[in-house]
Amino acid sequence: MIAPGGRIQIENVEKSFGANGHAMPALMDATLEIQGGEFICLLGPSGCGKSTLLNIVAGFIPPTRGRVLVDGRPVTGPGRERGVVFQEYALFPWLTVAENVEFGPRLAGRPPAERRELVARYVGMVGLSEHRGKFPNQLSGGMRQRVAIARALANTPSIVLMDEPFGALDAQTREVMQDELARIQRLELKTIIFVTHSIREAVYLGDRVVVMTRSPGRFKEVFSIKLPQARDRFAPEFTHYESEITRVLKDEVGAAHA
Amino acid sequence: MIRAAALLIFLGSWAVVAHGNRALEAVPASLLPTPGEVATVFAALAGDGSLARDLLVSSRRIAEGFVLAALAAGALGVVVALSAPVRLMLQPVIEFVRPIPPLAFLPMFLVWFGLGETSKVAFIAYTTFFPMFVGMAASLMRVDVALLRAAASLGATRRDLLWRVVLPSAIPGIVTALRLGFGLAIFVIVGAEFMGADAGMGNLIMEGRTFFNPAQIVMGALLLGVLGSLVHALLVAIERRALRWRGAA
Repeated sequence: MIAPGGRIQIENVEKSFGANGHAMPALMDATLEIQGGEFICLLGPSGCGKSTLLNIVAGFIPPTRGRVLVDGRPVTGPGRERGVVFQEYALFPWLTVAENVEFGPRLAGRPPAERRELVARYVGMVGLSEHRGKFPNQLSGGMRQRVAIARALANTPSIVLMDEPFGALDAQTREVMQDELARIQRLELKTIIFVTHSIREAVYLGDRVVVMTRSPGRFKEVFSIKLPQARDRFAPEFTHYESEITRVLKDEVGAAHA
Repeated sequence: MIRAAALLIFLGSWAVVAHGNRALEAVPASLLPTPGEVATVFAALAGDGSLARDLLVSSRRIAEGFVLAALAAGALGVVVALSAPVRLMLQPVIEFVRPIPPLAFLPMFLVWFGLGETSKVAFIAYTTFFPMFVGMAASLMRVDVALLRAAASLGATRRDLLWRVVLPSAIPGIVTALRLGFGLAIFVIVGAEFMGADAGMGNLIMEGRTFFNPAQIVMGALLLGVLGSLVHALLVAIERRALRWRGAA
């Protein structure tokens, strides 16, 4: 299967925060080329700039230097070809599950019949058909994040950017959500950039795992995870990647506390 | 049930105190009207239609002034929420004018707009504008950035953001501001009508003073209280309905 679009080029991206004289660098010299349909996990110690990079790719904040290209076009702001899933869900609390999922297609002016179809498909894909009429505050955290994923996918983006989407969930829900995301990715084949600080999660989901250094963040090492699509968290190969990445990441966390 | 009982106890205590006063002659009887006397005044004024007229006149003034102020507060609130320069320019002016007790300006309104309807409506609009404007502007500016980002990445234009994110998320605050403004309107109408009015609840109460009829004063005050709580209950009901997503848990 070849994804129709969603190629991302991150070229020498840097970001500093603060006033001119006292600019604090948050992200240094990030360069990465991501193919359409690839699942990239950004992994690093907290405050390493991984969310900053995601926000730059999303177009929420401009880079201080460098640029991001999506299918060859430079990113200048948010766009519908780049869906975003936030850690805190960011669902519209005054809209029902179905209305949240319908938000993007409605803005795009899609006809009602098509919108109904999209809502049914994606609400069904995340297993919430029975809850389509509920409001977000009637749902659990895991269910809310499912709605957020359905909302992003229903807008048919080529890219989905996920900022620690499962960070607020308990361990069990988290694994269930990882399984679901892996299953959805096999169906939809989006380009995904997934920010996390869980090594297990990164190895379970990613085609490649980008390990970042401590602040100011740089790319330290990129691991290609050569495991079958349906992964086994207890397979020796899986554990092997896990321990290798743990070793690389430990230097960073350790250095941060030195 | 408890609420009804509490009201009955209140009325009962009033009756006991008023009638007790009659028996003991502590203060002149006319200074402390009994519930019965108040009811008689009510029946008389309701009978000849003058009470309905006063209520209607006051309600109209409140409604006109309130709607005017609400529209202005909403429009200016949106402008202020969207434009930082306007916000910076307006803030000191508003901070300066807002703490002035509105009643202090009432004579000014009479000078400007005369004794007719205009001065009352304008005064109510002026009084209710500030709290509603401040409340609405604040709730319009308190929008969660993540919601704006989520909408923008789903393809929302600036216009979509205003209509589909900023306004809906501000609605709880806007409704609260409206409720506050309405309460205030009922509060100040009496003052406005004390000064140079020929009809309205304030005038009715003032007449009670002029013709030394305390029962009429008490009746007017109680009626305003009933009116206020009825409108309040109505607004709360509307609020509940409009905001069912908030309490839906």
